[in-house]
Amino acid sequence: MSNGAIIEARGLRKVYRVGQVDVPALRGVDLGVQPGEFVCIVGPSGSGKSTLFHIIGGLTPPTAGEVKVGGQDLAALSDAGRTKMRRGTVGFVFQKFNLLPNLTARDNIAVAHYIAGRGTHPDAEFDEVLRLLGIANRLDHKPNALSGGEQQRVAIARAIVNHPAILLADEPTGNLDSENSKAVLEVLRDLNRRLGQTVLMITHNPEAAAYGHSTVHMRDGRIVGRTGTTA
Amino acid sequence: MIGTIVLENLKNRPMRSLLSILLIGVPVTLILTLVGLTQGMLSEAQNRQRGVGADIVIRGSTMQAVTSASGTTIPEAMVDKVQQQPHVKLAMGVINDRVELILALTGLDVTKFNRMTGGFKYDQGGPLEGPDDILVDRLYAQEHHCQVGQTIKLLNHDWRVVGVIEPGKLARLAVQIGTLQELDAATGRVAQIYVQVDDPANIDLVVDELQRLLKSYKVYTMAEITAMYNVDQIPAIKPFTVVVAAIGVVIGVTVVWLSMYMVVLQRTREIGILKALGASKTFILGIILIEATLLGVGGTVLGILFSFGAQWLIQTLVPASFQMAIVYAWWPRVVAITMAAAILGALQPGLTAARQDPIEALAYE
Repeated sequence: MSNGAIIEARGLRKVYRVGQVDVPALRGVDLGVQPGEFVCIVGPSGSGKSTLFHIIGGLTPPTAGEVKVGGQDLAALSDAGRTKMRRGTVGFVFQKFNLLPNLTARDNIAVAHYIAGRGTHPDAEFDEVLRLLGIANRLDHKPNALSGGEQQRVAIARAIVNHPAILLADEPTGNLDSENSKAVLEVLRDLNRRLGQTVLMITHNPEAAAYGHSTVHMRDGRIVGRTGTTA
Repeated sequence: MIGTIVLENLKNRPMRSLLSILLIGVPVTLILTLVGLTQGMLSEAQNRQRGVGADIVIRGSTMQAVTSASGTTIPEAMVDKVQQQPHVKLAMGVINDRVELILALTGLDVTKFNRMTGGFKYDQGGPLEGPDDILVDRLYAQEHHCQVGQTIKLLNHDWRVVGVIEPGKLARLAVQIGTLQELDAATGRVAQIYVQVDDPANIDLVVDELQRLLKSYKVYTMAEITAMYNVDQIPAIKPFTVVVAAIGVVIGVTVVWLSMYMVVLQRTREIGILKALGASKTFILGIILIEATLLGVGGTVLGILFSFGAQWLIQTLVPASFQMAIVYAWWPRVVAITMAAAILGALQPGLTAARQDPIEALAYE
């Protein structure tokens, strides 16, 4: 367990009950991520990447083990406690963008700000982030009027509007062409470099994984290796 | 922000929103129309009683409700006896017979009626003369396309329309009392006696005197009679209204339930997104309840508008048979009924949405 780590996981296990059968998804994961680090998680389907993502994001509790995010012990939190944690400590970026289709880009960002109890208007400094993301002039459009790349950049803006300790990205380029994939990855790298945003990104793509400081390799619910350097 | 989410949700599914509002509006219209019909018809009947100009009404002992029209239990000789009492200016016996569910044919003594009321005002034609003559009021003429000179069949008897009268004085359909007594096999008997006194100050005195004299009959002041034209005085009206309102609630609950159930299914993924962003169960439940409440408000407004439409239709198609009032006092009640139905109907889908597992919801296609 690393000192000062923003994510600390030790002996993390998760078992899903499918019908009458217990299916282990994580079989003892130890992971440490330092603040300001950009870590990529790679591995084949069923290796436990998404489960790890969901546990660190507070979407589901672990079956056993310890996991601390931003100093909070997620294993000890109730459902309501994890809900509260998600408002400010983590920001999610999904493969399918997951924007609310009926709201404009501006309202999609505002709703995250509102749910966190910070009102509907992000602070003025956030305008700079919107310019960095290249969506400042697309905010009054609904998702169906935005390209895939623009939607994902709006999703990134939504994820960081509350200045979360960690940005969790699950295959953020999985639904994008190479040009938009590159743009999104550069945005994530910019956010990491310029704002010191900690990023944990799941990807299948080795080129995408190269954008991170380090890459964690998973297989069969375990971490089987870590390459690269810390930030 | 919740308002924006809810409004955008409603706007994004306009057909579902409109259908839900329409289906909530229908029972609201049903309730308001029923209440309006009850109030309208009682008020119209009350006005016709007032239009007689009598001070006292004597009714047969077997008459229960104020709306009872038949029951020729008073000997006609009693009319003369009443007429001879001190302070009685005029006594007039009438007989009634239903020709439709709530429409009565009134047999009256034309001379006395004219003296008591000042007579009918005629839109067309003139007064009753022959035994088979009939006067119909303007609303009946409009509904049944009657004209002076035409023959109409009522109580299996042919009547010649001799005049179309202005509504508001005792009868919708008036004939000679003798003819109706004969048809009803009630010769020598009347159903009610209207009494006019010489001075309004003597009304109570005369009532007491008549009640002492006519122990087996009911003697009312006109004020008492008109006060009886009240929903609370009519048997079965209140329970019937409660039953219709309950049916309205059941329909409202079902419509909102179905609608919000569909909403939760269609928006499972969106609920997952909100939960991933940290939305609490209360927040999710709030969205569903507010959306249902807005549908309820829309349905109530539409139902109220439709009740004006129902009134227009009734006035146009069946003005003689039914009269409908717009009962403003019931508007807050239908708002309360609809809101209760909307919240009840949205509760289960709302709780289901609030309890969604965010991972499963996000994976929903």
